[in-house]
Amino acid sequence: MYATDYVKAADVADAAAKLAAADDGKLLAGGQTLLPTLKQRLASPDKLIDLAGCGLSSISKSGDAIKIGAMTCHADVANHKDVAAANPGLASLAGGIGDRQVRNCGTIGGSVANNDPAACYPAAVLALGGTIHTSKRDIAAEDFFVGMFETALDEDEIITAVTLPTPQKSAYIKFPNPASRYAMVGVFVAQFADGVRVAVTGAGEDGVFRASDIEAALTAKFDAASLDGMTMSEDGLMGDIHASPAYRAHLIVEMARRAVAAC
Amino acid sequence: MPEGIAEGIGASVRRKEDRKFITGRGRYTDDINRAGQLHAFFVRSDVAHAKIKSVDIKKAAAMDGVAAVYTGQDIADDGVGGLICGWVVPNRDGSATHEPPHPILAKDKVRYVGDHVAMVVADSLATAQAAAELVNVTYETLPAVVDLASAATAAEIHDGMANNTYFDWELGDEAATADAFSKAKHVVSATLRNNRLIPNAVEPRAAVAEYDHIADSYVLHSTTQNPHLLRLVICAFVLNIPESKMQIVAPDVGGGFGSKIYLYAEEACCTWAAKKLRRPIKWTADRTQAFLSDAHGRDHINKVQMALDDNNKIIGLRVDTLANLGGYLSAFAVVTPTYLHGTLLSGCYAIPAIYTNVKGMATTTAPVDAYRGAGRPEATFLLERMMNIAAAEIGMDPAEFRRINFIPKDAFPYQTAVALQYDIGDYEAPLDRALEMIDYKGFESRRAEAAKRGKYRGIGLSSYIEACGIAPSAVVGALGGRVGLYESAVVRVDPTGTVSVFTGAHSHGQGHDTTFAQIVADKLGIPLANVEIVHGDTNRIPFGMGTYGSRSLAVGGTAISKAVDKVIEKGKIIAAHMLEAADSDMEFKDGKFAVAGTDKEKSFGEIALSAYVPHNFPHDRLEPGLEETAFYDPLNFTYPSGTHIAEVEIDPATGVVTLVDWACCDDFGNLINPMIVEGQVHGGIAQGVGQALLENAHYDENGQLLTASYMDYCMPRADNFPSLQVDYTVTACTHNDLGVKGCGEAGAIASPPALINAVVDALSPLGVTDMTMPASPEKVWRAIQNAQTKAAE
Repeated sequence: MYATDYVKAADVADAAAKLAAADDGKLLAGGQTLLPTLKQRLASPDKLIDLAGCGLSSISKSGDAIKIGAMTCHADVANHKDVAAANPGLASLAGGIGDRQVRNCGTIGGSVANNDPAACYPAAVLALGGTIHTSKRDIAAEDFFVGMFETALDEDEIITAVTLPTPQKSAYIKFPNPASRYAMVGVFVAQFADGVRVAVTGAGEDGVFRASDIEAALTAKFDAASLDGMTMSEDGLMGDIHASPAYRAHLIVEMARRAVAAC
Repeated sequence: MPEGIAEGIGASVRRKEDRKFITGRGRYTDDINRAGQLHAFFVRSDVAHAKIKSVDIKKAAAMDGVAAVYTGQDIADDGVGGLICGWVVPNRDGSATHEPPHPILAKDKVRYVGDHVAMVVADSLATAQAAAELVNVTYETLPAVVDLASAATAAEIHDGMANNTYFDWELGDEAATADAFSKAKHVVSATLRNNRLIPNAVEPRAAVAEYDHIADSYVLHSTTQNPHLLRLVICAFVLNIPESKMQIVAPDVGGGFGSKIYLYAEEACCTWAAKKLRRPIKWTADRTQAFLSDAHGRDHINKVQMALDDNNKIIGLRVDTLANLGGYLSAFAVVTPTYLHGTLLSGCYAIPAIYTNVKGMATTTAPVDAYRGAGRPEATFLLERMMNIAAAEIGMDPAEFRRINFIPKDAFPYQTAVALQYDIGDYEAPLDRALEMIDYKGFESRRAEAAKRGKYRGIGLSSYIEACGIAPSAVVGALGGRVGLYESAVVRVDPTGTVSVFTGAHSHGQGHDTTFAQIVADKLGIPLANVEIVHGDTNRIPFGMGTYGSRSLAVGGTAISKAVDKVIEKGKIIAAHMLEAADSDMEFKDGKFAVAGTDKEKSFGEIALSAYVPHNFPHDRLEPGLEETAFYDPLNFTYPSGTHIAEVEIDPATGVVTLVDWACCDDFGNLINPMIVEGQVHGGIAQGVGQALLENAHYDENGQLLTASYMDYCMPRADNFPSLQVDYTVTACTHNDLGVKGCGEAGAIASPPALINAVVDALSPLGVTDMTMPASPEKVWRAIQNAQTKAAE
């Protein structure tokens, strides 16, 4: 890796100030993507600003939503009893990210800010219609995920928390890439009183997206059989040495079916 | 005696070396640091095939902390030799294998992504790496040659080497084979691909080179599997250094699987530069460099034809193989697809006529060489796939088809049609046992039960033989080998009766410290704790050949056994003198030298002391001391065999293949430590299943390696496996003292065809007849889709 200065921020305001003062600062929010990137010399920030001490690790349930602090690690979300009770899909998603080490370092804020097209969390945030709270504003999930590795965040904006509405039912099923075990296709299904929301990660060329045909079919009848015979267009889907767009299209429907069955 | 039972031959003693490995106290090459050491980083080609127009090192050399930047021109100016090929074969037309130069830094041309172009040496790794980015190489790119099937007609890779063909070799009787096919009732044909693998030892390659300008001598710490071989090659062929001036130390080595047999460019460059700069130089590969530049494995295309007679007996086999050997010939690249492949084509079957032609092809990819099994997995894959394809075509049970074609157990020694003479074997016994272990008879009910759950269940057999502990040296020499294939041992008894064993074999994870000590402890009747095994240092051990090809126990262990025998013989003479008896009356048993039929005896410790404090000693007949050396050159290979059976379930909705059961029964002759053997079998199966199900080295059409990290190269993991059922039958090897055969590669040799046969069996109700490796989810899903589409038409 290239030499870089590591600093620890005291709170969000301090982090924002340090970020503004740096030539090319990067926020460290668990580092499960950033640190490997640095090690491979694919990034060379002059300053790494660690958010670990900013008091952003928390989980609170309020009425019909769960608010998760940006620096809450995946293991804490997976193991939280309110999350498991209110939103089992979210708990199982968090418990299936990476391995034990990754789950105890990686954070929800880091994951959604990076918006890796194969990351799991964006599927939950989008399917649940979540809100991303930042140092400046609140951003709806629909507006937040802009494209592959791109979000609506400004350069100097810091995620502080994510609020995720509690669905009636939820499940997340991932078909892991055999090598990396990132999502090759991951489907989050959330049933709300006013309809079903389905978000797909791992498959879209522009990152996470909602599968409207599947949503319509499941809103009409929340049953795996509602997806029988459904085919997805492969337009806009990723193809690589592990899976073609056609195979990913097939897996989206199949994983959605399994997610409904798991609800 | 009790110790003998608990710790001797046949006991599953816990590995002595594991305490340090498990507690992180191993000492690997990268753990070694020297005062004043510099760090090397290599500038590697990022294009597959190009002429080097210029290498501008000015900016890099001017950087603070950079000691030197070297290019291929510097290497050439210094008259440094290239990397060599350790075994060559004659072409069909009588000409020799084409051995193009393989400079340790490329000068005129690069031939794969990762090829070494320049070496930066600096006071820190970070500086070396940063400076390397400032080295400006300009290339005139040439067409990449990636596709093996069309390599012969692609762009010329080595000047004057026609058709990109390193060699064109044959084995067997072509006319007799053609004759067999003309008389055949059935001819079964298939094209079978053996996929390319990347070895992925846990510890990447590393080197620390030191030069002492007062003594004009070198020390090279290296991750090598064979320190003396490395010393010979680097001294005699590359750097022109007297061997006596070079110490090679291979400390703890974290896996090799063949990839650490060879001298690589980096070690040679570091050693060369250590003298130029008079500073120690360290280099450790990161994982990306390992993916790009470790010798890869496998990568064959085989066109296979099998001839059967009226009784479903195999009467002929013809195999035409294209072997992808990459941009340069690695040390054992030639022997792997030839004498370690063609000679195995008879498998465990009585096949009267076999002919094979192998073309070793150049492509602009990393060099390909021996990888766990080395030629034998490739031969076994094609043969054991053919056994199932043929059985399916003639409508015969694949186990029965194997059984009727086995070499009968009373036919040994058995001369195959492809040069080898098998000393002993009994192939039905492990087949029967494995069938029983997996409940072969009950399979159809398991298939039906799986079908109720919506899963396709399949079962697949592989009855393999392999030839390991490659030997004898004289025969190997006659076949083009440029090395000896004996092993050496020194057994040094201390005055107090403890024993140090200096072995030429090298452990890089195999458990030699334990297995070898068990042999010595058992034979001398002393506690295991009193035996130390020393390996991996050319200044301490006798000239040895190292570890590869499942040779360490069969060859190295036998050398140790022979040296122990010499110790016992000398001890008998010392004891006879002390007990005033005739030599011929002396017996050695349970750690005691006794006069037969009397209670007069001396313990092993007493004799050891007497040998070093020779007050009452037969000086007229013996020299003092108790230390013996043996070099053992075997009469033949050893021939492990057995049957592996895989059972899989396939999810038709995703194409995911789940391995649900595995039973194997191997014949490794006598077992010294069954627990270590079982570990070897497990590891071998894991690597074989990795090849069949998960692993694949993938170059794109431009010669870029797309699987250059664990994000894309899929290694097998524990959760890919069920609990493995392992058992053994025993026919003791007839030509070594211990009656042992190699076990290190067997699992990797046997398992890929068992797995693929199981996958094809699972899909056979749909009409699927073949599956290439790896049987990845999309490939399997597509096979199912295509079969269903066909059925609907």
